[in-house]
Amino acid sequence: MIPQAFEYEQPSSVADAIAMLGKHGGEARVLAGGHSLLPMMKLRLAAPDALIDIGRIASLRGITDTPDAITIGALTTHAEVAGAEVIASGCPILAETAAGIGDLQVRNRGTIGGSIANADPHGDLPAVLLALDGEATAEGPNGRRTIAAADLFVDYLQTSLSPDEILTEVRVPKASNSAYVKFNRRAQDWAIVGAAAVVHGSSARIALTGVGSKPVRAAAVEAAFDGSNTAEAAGHAADGLDAPSDTAASGEYRAHLARVLVRRALEAAMAR
Amino acid sequence: MAIASEQSKGIGQAVHRKEDRKLLTGKGRYVDDLKLPGMQHMAIVRSTHAHADITAIETSQAKAMPGVTAVLTGEDLEFAAGVPCASNPTGEMVHPVRPPLAKGRVRHAGEPVAVVLASDRYAAADAAAMIEISYSPLPAVVTPEEALADGAPRVHEELDSNVALVLAHSTDNVDDAFAKADVVVKQTIRNQRLIHVPIETRGVVADWNTASDELTVHSSTQVPHFLRTFLAIVCGVSEAKVRAIAPDVGGGFGSKLNAYAEEFVAAAASRKIGAPVKWIEERSEAMLATCHGRAQDAHMELAATTDGKVLAMRAHYVQDYGSYLQMLTPLISQLTLLMSPGAYAIPEVDVTVTNVYTNTVPTDALRGAGRPEATHAIERIMDILALELGMSRTEVRRRNFPQEFPFTTAIGLMYDSGDYEGTLAKLLELSDSKADFERRRQEAAARGKRLGRGLSTYVEVCGFVPSDVARSALGLTPGGWESSTVRMHPTGKVTVITGTSPHGQGHATSWSQIVETELGIPFDDVEVIHGDTAFAPYGLGTYGSRSLAVGGTAVHLAATKVREKARLVAAQMLEAAADDLEFSGGTFSVKGSPDKSVTMQEVAFRAWQAFEMPEGVTPGLDETVFFDPPNCVFPFGAHGCEVEVDEETGKVEITSYIAVDDCGNVVNPMIVDGQVHGGVAHGIGQALYEGAVYDANGQLLTGSLVEYVIPSAVEIPSIQTHRTVTPSPTNPLGVKGIGEAGTIASTPAVVGAVCHALGVRDLDMPLQPETVWRAMEKGGTA
Amino acid sequence: MKRAVTISVNGVSHATGVEPRTLLVHFLREHLNLTGTHVGCDTSNCGACTVWLDGMAVKSCTVLAVQADGSEVTTIEGVSANGELHPMQRAFHETHGLQCGYCTPGMVMAAIKLLEANPDPSDAEIRRGLEGNLCRCTGYENIVAAVRAAASGVTV
Repeated sequence: MIPQAFEYEQPSSVADAIAMLGKHGGEARVLAGGHSLLPMMKLRLAAPDALIDIGRIASLRGITDTPDAITIGALTTHAEVAGAEVIASGCPILAETAAGIGDLQVRNRGTIGGSIANADPHGDLPAVLLALDGEATAEGPNGRRTIAAADLFVDYLQTSLSPDEILTEVRVPKASNSAYVKFNRRAQDWAIVGAAAVVHGSSARIALTGVGSKPVRAAAVEAAFDGSNTAEAAGHAADGLDAPSDTAASGEYRAHLARVLVRRALEAAMAR
Repeated sequence: MAIASEQSKGIGQAVHRKEDRKLLTGKGRYVDDLKLPGMQHMAIVRSTHAHADITAIETSQAKAMPGVTAVLTGEDLEFAAGVPCASNPTGEMVHPVRPPLAKGRVRHAGEPVAVVLASDRYAAADAAAMIEISYSPLPAVVTPEEALADGAPRVHEELDSNVALVLAHSTDNVDDAFAKADVVVKQTIRNQRLIHVPIETRGVVADWNTASDELTVHSSTQVPHFLRTFLAIVCGVSEAKVRAIAPDVGGGFGSKLNAYAEEFVAAAASRKIGAPVKWIEERSEAMLATCHGRAQDAHMELAATTDGKVLAMRAHYVQDYGSYLQMLTPLISQLTLLMSPGAYAIPEVDVTVTNVYTNTVPTDALRGAGRPEATHAIERIMDILALELGMSRTEVRRRNFPQEFPFTTAIGLMYDSGDYEGTLAKLLELSDSKADFERRRQEAAARGKRLGRGLSTYVEVCGFVPSDVARSALGLTPGGWESSTVRMHPTGKVTVITGTSPHGQGHATSWSQIVETELGIPFDDVEVIHGDTAFAPYGLGTYGSRSLAVGGTAVHLAATKVREKARLVAAQMLEAAADDLEFSGGTFSVKGSPDKSVTMQEVAFRAWQAFEMPEGVTPGLDETVFFDPPNCVFPFGAHGCEVEVDEETGKVEITSYIAVDDCGNVVNPMIVDGQVHGGVAHGIGQALYEGAVYDANGQLLTGSLVEYVIPSAVEIPSIQTHRTVTPSPTNPLGVKGIGEAGTIASTPAVVGAVCHALGVRDLDMPLQPETVWRAMEKGGTA
Repeated sequence: MKRAVTISVNGVSHATGVEPRTLLVHFLREHLNLTGTHVGCDTSNCGACTVWLDGMAVKSCTVLAVQADGSEVTTIEGVSANGELHPMQRAFHETHGLQCGYCTPGMVMAAIKLLEANPDPSDAEIRRGLEGNLCRCTGYENIVAAVRAAASGVTV
């Protein structure tokens, strides 16, 4: 319940934050909404020397609409994402995913940037970003760079952000035929498995939550999908998967769920 | 008994609770809300091994941390006795001694090994993290199967084996009955290990005044008097020097029906450092170290005729005790044995219970405590019998209900009163017809859903009385009686002091209703004190759905004594014979002369003045009653539910739930309904969501509320509650218990419904989606 | 090392120093003695610690006090004024929406926000809206009834 002591820094700009991260030489963590990091610190599963609280950097908030894409500041909360009309109409998968994360209180504090940077394979947003072919913007001492979702998620709780970089915004292409289907035991829980589907005519991008150490593209489904054969294509959802087992579900069941949920996600996406 | 008028808040009325306001406004006082001058916070370092010798404890770094007052290990604290167990069913069971802080050896992951005392909880947590304990691991036995295997490592070396106790009860002609039966059904039915999870964890503030040698302990407990007695025994101090207080308690469900190592350690530590000590359990500690429940397998066998009459039952239960005996560990499976035939007249029974030590958290009472286990096993095997016979599940039950009450079972219990057909008939009347169900079932199949219905008809036992029987049948150290004082003050206001110790059950309200009915004074003129051993006569606390039948009756009896004494005083005041007085609406009046009257308040004032008291009547209006009922009470009922199973994922949704309970007369129907709702939800938790899981090394894998899933509002259906009323003859209020009934009834009803949906005999709980999916994959049919 | 914060709680401004790791719930309970906000778990599941932070329901066990610097916090002690119960508190009382009372403050804080966002919720929406608050006593039946009653304004 009690986090280990840490130094606390409160930068007022991204540049300040990057400098502070540099000062702590990789032993600091960025604090956004804190809903991934603080629970781990309370159980002392994480014990950073310092927290760089970016929560007051106003430039990291907000949603920007462009003709093809939506840009979302890293500090935008799940509740804000879920409630934004522009997202609901332009990228429904993202709105419905945000609306299903955790619970009311968690959505009020948890942020899109924090969830993605935390890269929890049971978190919903990494798979959704991957399916959308979205990208994250990172800023560090060497400036700003854009990282495609495919290159962002490296391993369990690991991204390709370097320790002195901050994820500042998330950019998702508009995708009206898109859906995320999440399966869990209790409403507030993490996904046991989740399936994100983004359909463009006869092609689809599919990604899965909860079946590996990072979000996973269902390449075999994508290859098999022809724009209408949802059931047949979804049957390939577990091809090549080595899903983990834990107290919530075995790997075998996760593989089964992947097939079911991918079909449901494809159907839902196409029905939009 | 006086009859409550319609405007009254007396017995039978759905009176809103007088407890609520403080709890709703944040003015409740739970243990963690207390602060005492100089108070130190205790953090506990717990065993990381399931079974190991402690080879070294390095505390110097922790001692040097800022804010740290002391670091204590088992070698630093002296106790006069080990953690107590108050149950010995045979009287011959060896109770292994368990020091409150481990000495030399640990026997489950989470056992307390060392404590830090520091100025605040942050400093305590930091220092606890600096203590280094070296272990020499020993082989652990994690399941009863492992513990019972030949050559298994022993949890307690001083015992011959891991079998702690074998209980048995048998009638004479079981084998004959099985030999001549038309049908025999067998099934192993498992009650998985559960964790209670009251939303408030345990907590204690111990304040040992070393000058006066007085110990005051605030604890989140269901049993303050037991706690005081055991504190005195374990800490080696006069009981008269110990005061135990249960402040507001945030739920218990049996987990706080105990006297725990941490309570003794906090008291001893307070004595050692000469300052008050607070320990508030973290949720992760609660999962690891507060007793667990259930953990019982039943090997059931029924012999029956083709027309559904059960001739005999064989039941062999294997109970996982965990590593040590907590306060009532041995009682739980004993209760299972006693209730093994459930609501059925089964003439021949052969029941055994093998109780086994394992290197896991001790098990003890969990809402229902042995009766849910018994009920689940008998209800599931009755369903299986119905399946085998091709008979409806209601019919096979009906053919085995006892027809006359009191009914003495083959086990020897006497069910006090009942109308089992009545509750079942009411359930069926409230349920959809079979034709409607079949139509909906077809429709659902088209949507990829399988519908199923389940039911249970249960009977349970509460109020373990009379005390001699509690000893002889249950091996209980305490009896089963309860006390109450009813004190009418000079102004006519009343203080009730009860030996019960509510933690959500609303006794302040219900006891006030009883007093209003008996004494005719307003509900709002009654205050109820509970949970403080400095005020209350000895009382046994709140558990096992006993409080109303035993403690509420004690209130009623004490109030009756006050009224009858007041009648004598009133007679003197009215210059009439006591027999000539009528009592109504709080006023004594002379029969036939209603203008000659005196109010209860006027009588109270006179009684305390003690002017012109009648011959032989002592001053005051203050009566204490100790009530030891002649028999237990046996609530019963019929619960039914409908589930919808997703064919593809195995996820279960309960789409309707109907409870018909009979708990005798009802004091407050609103509170009774609330108890049923909570009980049903708890039983649904067992059926579908909850289960403590250890790995092969004895490490708990479900160590937080992330992995151990207790249901939220989304998972729990709307619960319809209905009642029939069959008064109990064993107490003058005619009441029975209701706190556990919902839990007892709901688990088998839900599992039965899922099995019905799938067309399978039985499934092991919890019915996680994967479990259900696997059953469908194996070929369960719609 | 302590850090200066100014946090307004129930309309009263508190300027003080806190260790950065101080959880908001401990700041409220231990520093301000506002013990109506409870702790029921250590994994952000139970919701007993729910308060309003700048008008939004949050789990105060998962917010650092330093994150609330400059913010307005409302706790259960602050939802009713002048000894009058808030209509949601009254509804919980009248429908028997609480038993042991431990989850109740968090439940009430979440329920009020639920109705602010959706003044006329269905039962399913009520249940979904309270998914972040666990109760072990009531089976949720009367909590749902309380929110329904508060929504309809039907309290006695």
